[in-house]
Amino acid sequence: MIEVSGVSKRFPNGTLALEAASTEIGQGDFVALLGPSGCGKSTLLRLIAGLDKPSEGKIIWADGEPRPGEIGFVFQDSTLMPWASAEENVFLPLKLRRKSRAETKAEVQAALQQVGLSDFAKAKPAALSGGMKMRVSIARALVSQPKLLLMDEPFGALDEFTRQRLQEDLRSLWRRSGKTIIFVTHSTYEAAYLATRVLVMSARPGRISTTIDCNIAESADRRTAPDYIALVKRLSDMLRREFKA
Amino acid sequence: MNKTAERVMPIVFGLAGLAFWQAAVWELQVPAYVLPGPVAIVRAYFADYSTLNAALLSTLTVTFAALLVSAALGVALALAMAASDLARAAIQPWAVILQVTPVVAIAPLIIIWVNQPFLALVVCATIVAFFPVLSNTAAGLKATPQELLDLFRLNGATRMQTLLLLRLPAALPFFLAGLRISGTLALVGAVVAEFVAGSGGFASGLAYRILEAGYRLQIPRMFAALVLLGMAGIAIYAALGLFSHLMLRRRDAA
Repeated sequence: MIEVSGVSKRFPNGTLALEAASTEIGQGDFVALLGPSGCGKSTLLRLIAGLDKPSEGKIIWADGEPRPGEIGFVFQDSTLMPWASAEENVFLPLKLRRKSRAETKAEVQAALQQVGLSDFAKAKPAALSGGMKMRVSIARALVSQPKLLLMDEPFGALDEFTRQRLQEDLRSLWRRSGKTIIFVTHSTYEAAYLATRVLVMSARPGRISTTIDCNIAESADRRTAPDYIALVKRLSDMLRREFKA
Repeated sequence: MNKTAERVMPIVFGLAGLAFWQAAVWELQVPAYVLPGPVAIVRAYFADYSTLNAALLSTLTVTFAALLVSAALGVALALAMAASDLARAAIQPWAVILQVTPVVAIAPLIIIWVNQPFLALVVCATIVAFFPVLSNTAAGLKATPQELLDLFRLNGATRMQTLLLLRLPAALPFFLAGLRISGTLALVGAVVAEFVAGSGGFASGLAYRILEAGYRLQIPRMFAALVLLGMAGIAIYAALGLFSHLMLRRRDAA
């Protein structure tokens, strides 16, 4: 679906944030970009989103450059507009494409339902918890039916319990919808739990150092499954070696 | 310190000060043309309240007109500065120059140039008052969260959509904070302009009454006008604070 080919990004101040990153992302993949801070994982995400231009290399889309709304982006913070209700926030991407509220009512409702917030459509962000705000943010990214969902450490600011709930919900959402997701994280647990493929990155300059296919059998208690725990250990060892190097 | 004490203390302190002031004036037999006591000031107000109230109304009219013009002008210039860096470069230094030039120094010119006295006063007060609205709104328009700007870009938003749906609403709290400062500055500007204009101006505002009472050595009356002015300033500040609180609560509250 996407081919990242030798992509580098040098910022105007001379910092090489990302060096010669190459990978392929297939339809329906759930890819985690895992690495310490400063390893260029957010930079790579922004390049894929088209928010920044690569200094070198190319990002090739198998079926053409994405049009507005075909990429859903979820940020570290929920970044909701505080003056707008949950449903108005979710409606935003459609509004920007000049769709009317009436014709998209069902789409907005469906998106809120996907994240389990149907009952909070009229609530303003100030009345929602951190986890609920993040759910609204995810619904906003889903409402335009994007072919690709990009998530930049979306659960980093949430408490452990809320984070696990959202991870579970995101995973079942991915299984139901078959969306392609690229997910930036610095948590080995999160990467191993969510992804089908983990790109381990190293810092200064940011590079993709290893690609790991996860192949964990689906099970009800994934967090205690032996191959999940083995994968977490493998990823942790890998990151530790990167740090020493 | 608990909440009640926090509310009561300024009043207690003020009353104690007034009592001390009155006692000192009585005890030392200070003549009223040097320092009138609070009782004499209150008496002077009631002896002349219709003139003084009319003067207050006149000054407030100038103040509110200047505040409205400041709000409109400040937002318009801030929008221009946000829309283009060229406009920003062109406007910013002149706004600062206008801000740092003492209005006392330019007021005489404006009163000569602008024939209509009311208009001249409003122009002077606006020069003093518009800067906080301008700089705050400009800062607010610049401080839109980058992530939301990215989100708008990803969804193919036009510049106009980004302005109307994101930048302007995001700048509202900044604008309101600026408006609050401008409100009290508009009063200051109106008073300064009246002082400079003297009898050649509107000849009816509070500052004019203060000058007049000074010339006639009616010092208690002068103090009464001063007290009105101070209370008007507090009222404007409080009213704009309440306005901004209600606006934001109405908008952001669940």
